[in-house]
Amino acid sequence: MSSGPLNLFPEMLRDSARMVQRTRESRLSRRRMGEGVEALSLSDRRALLEEFHPDHRLDGRGVLQVGPSKGASLPFELVELLQSWPRPLVMDLYGACRESGSLTAGMTTDVLVIGGGGAGTAAAIVAAEAGARVLVATKLRLGDSNTVMAEGGMQVADHECDSPAQHYLDVMGGGHFTSDPDLVEALVTEGPGVLRWMEELGMLFDKYPTGRMKVRHGGGTSRKRLHAAGDVTGLEMMRVLKDRMECLDRIQVIPFAPAVELLTDENGRAVGAILEQLPGGKPLIVAAKAVVLATGGFGRLHLNGFPTSNHHGAMADGLVLAYRAGVPLRDLNHCQYHPTGVVFPEKLNGLLLTEKFRGLGAQLLNRHGDEFVFSLEPRDVTTAAIIRECSEFGNGAKAPGGGVGVWLDIPMIDQIHGLGTIEREFPGRFKEYLRMGLDIRQVPLLAYPTLHYQNGGVVIQPNGGTDMPGLFAAGEVTGGVHGRNRLMGNALLEILVFGRRAGASAVAFAKGVKQAQEPGLGHLEAYLEQLESAGMQPGRSSPRLLPAYGSVRPI
Amino acid sequence: MAGSLNKAAHTPFSVSIRYDETWIEVPSGKTILSALEEAGVGLVRGVGCRGGICGACAVLYRVPAQTHTMSAGLMCQETVQDGMEILPLPHVPHKKVPHHLELPEDETPAHHVLRLYPEVNNCVMCGECVRMCPMDIDVMGYVGMIKRGDLKAAARESFTCIGCQLCVIRCPASISQPNAALAARRWLGAHQESRADHLTRMVEKVDAGRYTSVFRWMRRLDSMEFQALYLRREREPDESPPGTWLPEDQTLL
Repeated sequence: MSSGPLNLFPEMLRDSARMVQRTRESRLSRRRMGEGVEALSLSDRRALLEEFHPDHRLDGRGVLQVGPSKGASLPFELVELLQSWPRPLVMDLYGACRESGSLTAGMTTDVLVIGGGGAGTAAAIVAAEAGARVLVATKLRLGDSNTVMAEGGMQVADHECDSPAQHYLDVMGGGHFTSDPDLVEALVTEGPGVLRWMEELGMLFDKYPTGRMKVRHGGGTSRKRLHAAGDVTGLEMMRVLKDRMECLDRIQVIPFAPAVELLTDENGRAVGAILEQLPGGKPLIVAAKAVVLATGGFGRLHLNGFPTSNHHGAMADGLVLAYRAGVPLRDLNHCQYHPTGVVFPEKLNGLLLTEKFRGLGAQLLNRHGDEFVFSLEPRDVTTAAIIRECSEFGNGAKAPGGGVGVWLDIPMIDQIHGLGTIEREFPGRFKEYLRMGLDIRQVPLLAYPTLHYQNGGVVIQPNGGTDMPGLFAAGEVTGGVHGRNRLMGNALLEILVFGRRAGASAVAFAKGVKQAQEPGLGHLEAYLEQLESAGMQPGRSSPRLLPAYGSVRPI
Repeated sequence: MAGSLNKAAHTPFSVSIRYDETWIEVPSGKTILSALEEAGVGLVRGVGCRGGICGACAVLYRVPAQTHTMSAGLMCQETVQDGMEILPLPHVPHKKVPHHLELPEDETPAHHVLRLYPEVNNCVMCGECVRMCPMDIDVMGYVGMIKRGDLKAAARESFTCIGCQLCVIRCPASISQPNAALAARRWLGAHQESRADHLTRMVEKVDAGRYTSVFRWMRRLDSMEFQALYLRREREPDESPPGTWLPEDQTLL
């Protein structure tokens, strides 16, 4: 076998990559016989997770000392964020508010949507279609989100052998039976409806000429129900949602204006938010009859020092806003590390190699070219197995720059499904790597777990409502849908189902209330008191909005 | 290399790049985005997913090896080079026509897309869009496909478009290629592609309350029974063509 295509690997990786080539033929024939490594039993899964998943490390954790989820043990970075003081701009307004009793709104709307990713746009579309005036405030541009980065697909039970009930079973088991059953039932039951909605909006899914959806397995699925748009499913979804939204004239978007604090009235209802216009930090006070929180996740906090596959703005802003206003959080000590983040080339460190590669047959291999785990375990199990293989067993391949990883044998896919499959199914990744001189039809790629998804978050009800009247939430900022572990393809489904629900519930709520006369910051009084009595000194403030890499000053 | 310019001194581990008219020294081997950050330049406009898929960090640049030509790319993907001059383009004005996917009776989807973006007919085939595209898309090719009314081909060719608008800024015919392609894809999907029949049937079953009793039954199971049900799941074979395999136990269908 020619080793030509491997020449772009540095010497320290080349020998190991050659081992992968050498074992490929025999692994393929074992696979044809149905003989590869088998899936673990529930008890083996548990043991592996407890010993090797980063969630179970006791260092790097702290106990929350204030707020409605006081006593929870969370990643240290989150504890610090939740126990920080409001941003200086908010503290100034808080002072002014205490003197005059309320704040004067610069803008008013029926529904304020905070966040311009998949959940936010879905909520905005539904709210506007129901006749509401909608304002979308987003930290970066509309659509800059984790949604756009999703590659692999969306789970929906729509084929003859499948049903929402079967999907329910997979979600519950994948989440180790910790999900909120009401939320999961809503998720899977509305799946077919939202898939049809996207189809009608002109989103292009991978289909056969007859219109039948092409589907495949993901980790932890019992049926093939991952619907994809090439390897750019999130991009295609976001493009369509954004376009639909921009064609509706009742929606106004304010980009570069992250929400930094919610506004409340004297009855504890959410009545708007303070936006901080970037850069410069001029405040914009928005009064709204209802608020939808759709701020996404927390990958850019780099929990436990992991790299991340998340977009630049994934800084947990929404968790801070909701928590200060008294809304409890759940499952935040369980983070999703996607099993396969890029290790080499180093400049792509942490970016995603979609699970769809494994769905089509690519195996995970150690530096000797041996398969060490069934490649379609639930994500947390695969992650733990990779960490064990690299740390405990020392079987990872070492890359320049200090990284270590295991091989994702992508070229197998063409051997299994026929030449041309890789190019057709992964047009985005194929071209991207080819530009760097790596032909993924011929070379495996080195992977290691990367911080990918916030499993937990704000506690919600099935209609998207929270414990606070007037505040609704949807998407990655919420918790309960996935329990302690999300299966691939359920996040794109979640943002559509719960984005739409939150949008509809917010409109219904807005119709029954008047615009608050005196929007204020009353909820901060109690929170600041708790911070003080817990001995937290002013100094650090949150939400932190954007990561400060290199020598960049925090904003 | 032009030595008369006011460039910062550099070591083997650093290079000089010109941003906002100023030469700054940045570490070598990094992407433009990371290199700027190392030098203390934190962007708010001009940074997005950091993974080459959102189109927020489009950049025009010139390098000493090719002073005769303007190049384009994404700041999260391009590696810095010594003497590189950059112009980030956070927003390029572009033409966007609102539409609601409602097809007039006497029109085809392809005609309608042409009516929304008639300027595709003005393409002079200069190929600048193709040269600019950071995703290696044959932009000029899909503009021709839209012109000819082949929405399916245009959709395929434009499928990895990230909407960075780098093609737009160089187009002598003032075409908004990404928006025309987006319209082509949506009109194709909504009006030309076959709908999934099995999805229609499933939506009908859900709407008719087909699964209400199944859920009621499952949710009444105690945790041991429920876990046993989970462990008994039959796995659809990887290789079976969609719509052909059925499980033995059909309780949940």
